[in-house]
Amino acid sequence: MKFINLLASAVLALGTASAAVAEDKTKVGFVYVGPVGDGGWTYEHDQGRLAVEEHFGDKVETVYQESVPEGPDAERVITQMALQGADLIFTTSFGYMDPTLNVAGKFPDVKFEHATGYKTSDNMANYSARFYEGRAVQGHISGKMTKSNIIGYIGSIPIPEVIRGINAAYIHAKKVNPDVQFKIVWVFEWFDPAKEADAAKALIDQGADVILQHTDSTAPLAAAEEAGDVIGFGQASDMAEYIDGPRVSSIIDNWAPYYIARTQAVMDGTWESVATWDGIAPGMVEIGEITDKVPADVKAEALALKESIAAGDYHPFTGPLKKQDGSDWLAEGEVADDGTLLGMNFYVEGLDGDIPQ
Amino acid sequence: MDLSSIKPALLLASLMIAATPVIYAAIGELVVERAGVLNLGVEGMMITGAICGFIAAVNTDSPMLGFMAAAVGGALLSLLFALLTQYALANQVASGLALTLFGLGVSSLLGQGYVGIKPPSTPKLDIPVLSDLPGIGTVLSAHDIMIYLGLLLVAAVWAVLKYTRIGLILRAVGENHDAAHALGYKVVRVRVLAIMFGGACAGLGGAYISLVRVPQWTEGMTAGVGWIALALVVFASWRAGRVLLGAWLFGGVTVLQLNLQAAGVAIPVEYLSMSPYLITIVVLVIMSSDKNKAPASLGKIFHASS
Repeated sequence: MKFINLLASAVLALGTASAAVAEDKTKVGFVYVGPVGDGGWTYEHDQGRLAVEEHFGDKVETVYQESVPEGPDAERVITQMALQGADLIFTTSFGYMDPTLNVAGKFPDVKFEHATGYKTSDNMANYSARFYEGRAVQGHISGKMTKSNIIGYIGSIPIPEVIRGINAAYIHAKKVNPDVQFKIVWVFEWFDPAKEADAAKALIDQGADVILQHTDSTAPLAAAEEAGDVIGFGQASDMAEYIDGPRVSSIIDNWAPYYIARTQAVMDGTWESVATWDGIAPGMVEIGEITDKVPADVKAEALALKESIAAGDYHPFTGPLKKQDGSDWLAEGEVADDGTLLGMNFYVEGLDGDIPQ
Repeated sequence: MDLSSIKPALLLASLMIAATPVIYAAIGELVVERAGVLNLGVEGMMITGAICGFIAAVNTDSPMLGFMAAAVGGALLSLLFALLTQYALANQVASGLALTLFGLGVSSLLGQGYVGIKPPSTPKLDIPVLSDLPGIGTVLSAHDIMIYLGLLLVAAVWAVLKYTRIGLILRAVGENHDAAHALGYKVVRVRVLAIMFGGACAGLGGAYISLVRVPQWTEGMTAGVGWIALALVVFASWRAGRVLLGAWLFGGVTVLQLNLQAAGVAIPVEYLSMSPYLITIVVLVIMSSDKNKAPASLGKIFHASS
């Protein structure tokens, strides 16, 4: 009897000891929509994860799950991560919003961070980057560079973030080139290289000589390279492997500082549910190197545009702007408010086609 | 809407590219089914071929070696199916489905570490006579060699099945394996060879996707093309020429829907995206009226004792 008691207390002691060890480390989980090697969106999130590991060293443990479909599957994966003892979980795609909210309700002690959505709760924050600021720079370069005046745009899923990007790029392309026309193809995937390649080819066949993409793979750049004389931009990541080819610049998402700051907040116990939306100025959105394919004056203009956005002197959505149906949106000098931008579900005047519902 | 921006010649040229993976996979499956074997594992063999070809092409820097490796990879995987169905006498439908699942799994295992890499580009052939042809010059010329090989393969399969003794034996095995056995033909051997041919073709089709059409490796990138190929064999009522027709139809609708979208046609995108599959189904239903064309021994298990 004594022996069994002894054993039991030993087991108990061991148990608490290991629990104590586990508690020393802050466990941070990441849920990715694509593979970490996509070279775009998920790749950059994973770079952020690695930065967290490097910054905190032994004090942190990270786990991740890649290629998690948006929807019910995501809820299962997030729950699993919470059950495994994660203290902080980043869910990095729009479609994880409701699953994250559901799981957050079940695990009040775990902190959740959802990217690119709009819902928050006591233990669920959201964060996103003002990609449209980068899109404005991209639109400027595109408008100057196109010779056919046709710019192809590969849309992923018709949510406000993507529509905002299309509008921002169009406004700034139109500003420098009144004849410019946007052709938009929706592929309804964030990451599907085959569909992205087909879409890029269809756009190039129809005369587009600039391809913009809001999808995560490098396939459209590969298609542009094959077609020759077509330029494109790195999306979400620098996509520097195409720097000698079609890639003339890029929008880079830099999540590392945010991830480090939020992990620190969890460690310090100062974490609060907030909604973060940072742009070029704090460095969450970066513009990748503009290559020599772009004439020096265009490059200088693009960089000046970037600087003025960063300094807060210029907002990419500044009036006068009209909606596609011709109704007034922003008066002269008026700047779009964040609420409208976050819920943007209309094209600006001049864009053709309808937004798929 | 601006339909004039869709250029028919360019559309047809990209149709050829979109149709090629289906052509390879379907012509291989056609031979398998003509030999009386129903291999539902086309998708699995394609994706395995896609990754085998990708790995070989990246490591040797030669797309041609890549395609060869893809054929070998597809054939090796199909050998597993042959073993199960021809020697272990397992159910062909179940084995084929298992082969697809296995192929998808094994390819994503092999593909770890190959995501996001650029493969060497496959050179284009410029055939002088073809490119000078008015009108169809753009359609037919300046493609990569695999497109022409695919067309040649269809012609070869057609000729072999129709005119040669080998074709006759293959068909005999597929129509009535007992009679073929009684005549002294090695039913199992013929079928194993046909299955391997089918696997190699499916592998080539898969590698065409990962090396030329996309070109990149992603898990599950064949995205159902193998199933379309299976359907096309039925659609073609087991005839080589009609496989070509069906593949072009499918490829054409796939390409056309993207072009219509880019031209701003006011049809909801969802309808356009499902149209290639919808049309395949409709055509299948129409064609299913002549069922008598199916090889009589299709899907039946053969054992010399029975």
